Amino acid sequence: MNRTLRILSTEEHVDDGEPNVLQLANDADPLAIEVCLADVDRIDLVFPKFSDGRAYSQAFLLRRRLGFAGDIRATGDVLIDQLVQMQRTGFSSAVLREGVDVSDAQRQFDRFGSYYQGDAVTTAPLFARAA
Amino acid sequence: MHCHAETHTMYQYTDFDRQFVRQRAAQYRDQLGRWQQGKISEDEFKPLRLQNGWYVQRYAPMLRVAVPYGEISSAQLRVLARIAREYDEPEAAVYRQALETQGALGSAKLPTHYAHFTTRQNVQYNWIPLARSADVMDLLASVDMHGIQTSGNCIRNITSDERAGVAEDEVADPRPFAEIMRQWSTLHPEFAFLPRKFKIAITGAAEDRAATGWHDVGLRLRKNDAGELGFQVRVGGGMGRTPIIGTVLREFLPWNQILNYLEAVVRVYNRYGRRDNIYKARIKILVKAEGQVYIDDVEAEYKQILEHDAGPHTITQAEFDRVCASFVPPALAERVYQDAQRTEAELRAQAEEDRFFARWLQRNVAGHKNPLLRAVTLSFKRRLQAPGDATADQLDIAAQLADRFSAGEARVTHDQNLLLPWVHAEDLHALWLAAREAGFASSNVQLLTDMIACPGGDFCSLANARSIPIAEAITERYQDLDELDDIGEIDLHISGCINSCGHHHSGHIGILGVDKDGKEWYQVTLGGSDGSDLSGPAGAGKVVGPSFSAVEVPGVIEALLATYRDTRTSAEGRRENFIDTLRRVGHEPFKTAANAARIKAEEEEALA
Repeated sequence: MNRTLRILSTEEHVDDGEPNVLQLANDADPLAIEVCLADVDRIDLVFPKFSDGRAYSQAFLLRRRLGFAGDIRATGDVLIDQLVQMQRTGFSSAVLREGVDVSDAQRQFDRFGSYYQGDAVTTAPLFARAA
Repeated sequence: MHCHAETHTMYQYTDFDRQFVRQRAAQYRDQLGRWQQGKISEDEFKPLRLQNGWYVQRYAPMLRVAVPYGEISSAQLRVLARIAREYDEPEAAVYRQALETQGALGSAKLPTHYAHFTTRQNVQYNWIPLARSADVMDLLASVDMHGIQTSGNCIRNITSDERAGVAEDEVADPRPFAEIMRQWSTLHPEFAFLPRKFKIAITGAAEDRAATGWHDVGLRLRKNDAGELGFQVRVGGGMGRTPIIGTVLREFLPWNQILNYLEAVVRVYNRYGRRDNIYKARIKILVKAEGQVYIDDVEAEYKQILEHDAGPHTITQAEFDRVCASFVPPALAERVYQDAQRTEAELRAQAEEDRFFARWLQRNVAGHKNPLLRAVTLSFKRRLQAPGDATADQLDIAAQLADRFSAGEARVTHDQNLLLPWVHAEDLHALWLAAREAGFASSNVQLLTDMIACPGGDFCSLANARSIPIAEAITERYQDLDELDDIGEIDLHISGCINSCGHHHSGHIGILGVDKDGKEWYQVTLGGSDGSDLSGPAGAGKVVGPSFSAVEVPGVIEALLATYRDTRTSAEGRRENFIDTLRRVGHEPFKTAANAARIKAEEEEALA
């Protein structure tokens, strides 16, 4: 799979309260912020623990349901083995947790050519894609 | 009439499917390596290995291999045998410690080099060292097998009727749908870290042999008045601390919408299911707490998936046809050496000659869609081995029997046996002889000794008490076939803890291991049901009283069965079953009998 996700270090991740960046708690309803998306360029979603999967659904809904075209960023407990899932559910950038070796990331994208089910990026499932 | 030149009875992996499983094995090896190098912590590695079936238990890792909807080929059985033989062996220090600790509890033996059939139609190993785990995944991938999502907080292996595709009472074959759902749920990017595990069961039969009411999602194929195929959809069933039967969300959902609907069901759960308390994290708690609000949310989300997203996972006719093309009855289905009447007469004569064969025909042989064929259970409930355990050699023999008598296919059953789905009636006697020689011909299907039991405290670190010694004691006590026949059809289910892997909630008699002051105790429940015709509407059993010691349990079972035999009625030569008697006369006489079977402390010491 082609990697489009931008993988950032914590230093590269700027979080200085700019008005065009929205931070969404992982129990917030992304559909409720539709009205204020016009001036937003980036939405930061958070993984308080990597095993808390709520932000995947939030990203999917922002990208697919609301058609948000800006940056959707994964923050918090972001590890190597969840990066592919993040890209597939609509994240466009991810801030790797401190101490994680970025050199292990690319292999994970290279491994699987494609997947069975549709997602936020490739919306059709395997069976409905053109051969 | 089908052409059988190149047909097969099971789903045939495409190049994509095969490549996918191999890539998954390679991914696991990469993850294992990073864990071994210390690049990922134990906590970070845990869900990765869990979602490949590697679960670290009391002494060694347990591997759970997925057997999608229970369907397995002889080639796959042979690889499972090889894994048992070559890999199911603990490191010496691990085994020594296990023997010492379990020995102190009274477990004299801990078998190695074997596999175990589970109630969710999977296969487990108990001793494979983690260092060899990546090699095992490669070996599994060589026969299109894996451990994908057999553990962890994700959509688990989908289970079905053991007689799927061959049952006489089927509206439609559930296997193509199970396979399509398997593919959809495999490595689903959004649903890999749900609040808790998520189990789906599906049946296409009139009788529910898949315990659908007890699952997070239970699907039953049915036809509407217009003759169209669809699903009844139940959500929020489950066992554990809070046994609940699923709520019907849809009485009829068109067949091609099932993936879109499941997406809505699981998305709402992923967003709102509780994550603060592991015991309240299953979808059943969300459905129970939110009720109609949850249902409304699912329906609103489903509408959005259809209208806004354009229902991307609507199953196309082409895809349905492609998957169906794999599930074709084998050529032997049309083999006719002699007419059916002659076969019937021969079977009758052989049964008259040998009452053991007659018993086996009656208990272990079920009817079939094709009147020429039968579905035959190979019993893994016998003395000296735990329920559902199979050695490497036994797995190899099962593979041979599947090849010789069942077009190379077998099923792992919810009741922890193997079933041969394509046995020609003409071959029944030969199969019986072969099964008897292999030790698979216990004529006890549906009887007391055909019990369900989890591995319990001998292996599992969650267990409060051991299950296997209880199963063993009851098996030893009830070896008289006449007595077993007289007791009749009954579900005895044993779990070593409240997680309920041994489905004690749904047993007509349920036994649950509990821990009191560091000692093993057993709670006995009565009147549970898995939803089968024998058991009646699905529901949880009720506790008979304070828990019993291990020594008391066989006596309690005896007392319950004596009460049944004393109070049952019979009509038209048919005896009332245990569960029906219990429902008719109520729990009181059974409770009284069970509690009277308690042994005084001093007597117990003398027995111990």
